[in-house]
Amino acid sequence: MPLMEALDLKVHYGGIAAVKGVSFAVEEGEMVCLIGANGAGKTSTLKALARLLPATGEIRFAGQRIDGMPTHRLIRLGLALVPEGRGVFARLTVAENLAMGAYAREDAAGVAEDLARVYELLPRLAERRRQLAGTLSGGEQQMLALGRALMGRPRLLLLDEPSMGLAPLLVEKVFEAIRAIARTGVAILLVEQNAHLALTTCARGYVMESGRITLAAPSAELLADARVRAAYLGG
Amino acid sequence: MDILLQQLINGLTTGSVYAIVALGYTMVYGVIQLINFAHGEIVMIGAMVAVSVILALTDTALPPAFILLTGVLAAMPVCMIIGLALERLAYRPLRKAPRLAPLITAIGMSIILQHVALMIWGRDPRAFPQLIENASLAVGGAAISTVQIAIIATSCVMMAGLSWFVYRTRFGIAMRATAENLAIAELMGIDTNRVIAATFAVGAALGAVAGVMVGAYYGVAHYTMGFILGLKAFSAAVLGGIGNLPGAMLGGLVLGLVEALGTGYIGELTDLCHWPFVAEALAERCHADGHVVLLGSNYQDVFAFLVLVLVLIFRPSGLLGERVAERA
Ligand SMILES: Nc1ncnc2c1ncn2[C@@H]1O[C@H](COP(=O)(O)OP(=O)(O)OP(=O)(O)O)[C@@H](O)[C@H]1O
Ligand SMILES: [Mg+2]
Repeated sequence: MPLMEALDLKVHYGGIAAVKGVSFAVEEGEMVCLIGANGAGKTSTLKALARLLPATGEIRFAGQRIDGMPTHRLIRLGLALVPEGRGVFARLTVAENLAMGAYAREDAAGVAEDLARVYELLPRLAERRRQLAGTLSGGEQQMLALGRALMGRPRLLLLDEPSMGLAPLLVEKVFEAIRAIARTGVAILLVEQNAHLALTTCARGYVMESGRITLAAPSAELLADARVRAAYLGG
Repeated sequence: MDILLQQLINGLTTGSVYAIVALGYTMVYGVIQLINFAHGEIVMIGAMVAVSVILALTDTALPPAFILLTGVLAAMPVCMIIGLALERLAYRPLRKAPRLAPLITAIGMSIILQHVALMIWGRDPRAFPQLIENASLAVGGAAISTVQIAIIATSCVMMAGLSWFVYRTRFGIAMRATAENLAIAELMGIDTNRVIAATFAVGAALGAVAGVMVGAYYGVAHYTMGFILGLKAFSAAVLGGIGNLPGAMLGGLVLGLVEALGTGYIGELTDLCHWPFVAEALAERCHADGHVVLLGSNYQDVFAFLVLVLVLIFRPSGLLGERVAERA
């Protein structure tokens, strides 16, 4: 059984259908990407998975139906979302943001351990722990959003365009961190505009077009696919 | 008597009460951007419950301090329950409605609470029994009463306690996180409904204590007392920057001081006999009465609203507010 599975997921904004019945799955510990043009419905899909948007269809996570569950409860099952635009708490310090990432957890010892690991993985955060998150640079905020998600010790990490607005050098750093996280056994569903980067990072990919998943294949196949090359990889 | 010092002491006293009440407005605004107009009524009910309990106990042999404390401890849970009920029954169903709906509901709740209080306690003001002996201490050329000392000290303790709670505890940080971004707070595993409910409860508990302080200070409690007090505290919250906790504390104190100084000096400032040319024109009356005062200290309530209007014109984000209040 996959770790997470969505069946016929649909999202509407008023009368407008943004996600028109998509089905996909993420296995325990794997890295999968979801690529597609602007407005394809990727963010809406992730938000629906995290129950931040009303959606129809079935979502299973860790063996349970989670559609119908409030967001804060399904976080406790081991799901984490790093939203588009990072969503760090600007008026909280770096350390407070990280503490909030572990809000749902009761195991103080485990939390302390994870905090040390996050500071090790993202040393910039350690230097800035007392600084307000709103004063961090874009790259640092992305690191903080990643670190904060890790503090929940997730089994599945949903990432929405972690490279957005970052200089190429920083994108490389952020993706290094993402690969390091994946190596620890966390499953990752990555939404990316940068299709080449996404497909070379993940083993498998889904292609989304105007609210529908039109292709699902291993990354190597997608990288070689003529339609994908024409639409997302610049020919 | 040193008027300046005396008015500073008086202003500090009322200002601390305004600060405590303003915190209730600002905390709720901070988390759900709602101006809970019924908060003033919660303060009033706190005073009413306390006065009833205290009156019932005055003839017993219990020590006065114990009676007062019992009054406060009875008022707090009553106010907290009302605050929680308002949130659950009136505001939560409207969380996703257009902003005007909860705002009008809040005004409606305020009217309902006032009338419930009228039905329970009646139209006549209740005298607040004087439990602590109201001795006065001379400070410089002014006097500070034991009640004033108690009010200022209690307020300081509550403000310090609240600051510790909001800035140092895990739940307090979750409160600030929820205030900043509710959806992201949910993503952290924070039950934001619980946080919002807790915010109402804490604000109401502070309001209950404020109600007892006002009752003890002026010696009366009345079912309409929450209205003006609520408006002033709301002005204080706006003055400090609505949604900002230190802002509410500062705003309350500043408003109390402005009001006290204004009240203390308005008679003198608007005494036409001190105005160069006007005094000549009124020479006869000035000679006879010594004063022709245009505005007396009964204009006290004007200052709070004058401050509110000035803040809204010149600094809508308030003294410590960072963003302009874009959403009313
Ligand atoms: N809050 C909203 N209200 C109305 N329509 C919305 C809303 N959010 C998104 N949409 C619409 O839904 C569609 C899908 O949007 P979504 O944000 O999911 O796309 P996306 O694939 O994440 O795009 P991008 O790559 O630009 O982030 C778009 O047509 C968008 O205009
Ligand atoms: Mg998007």
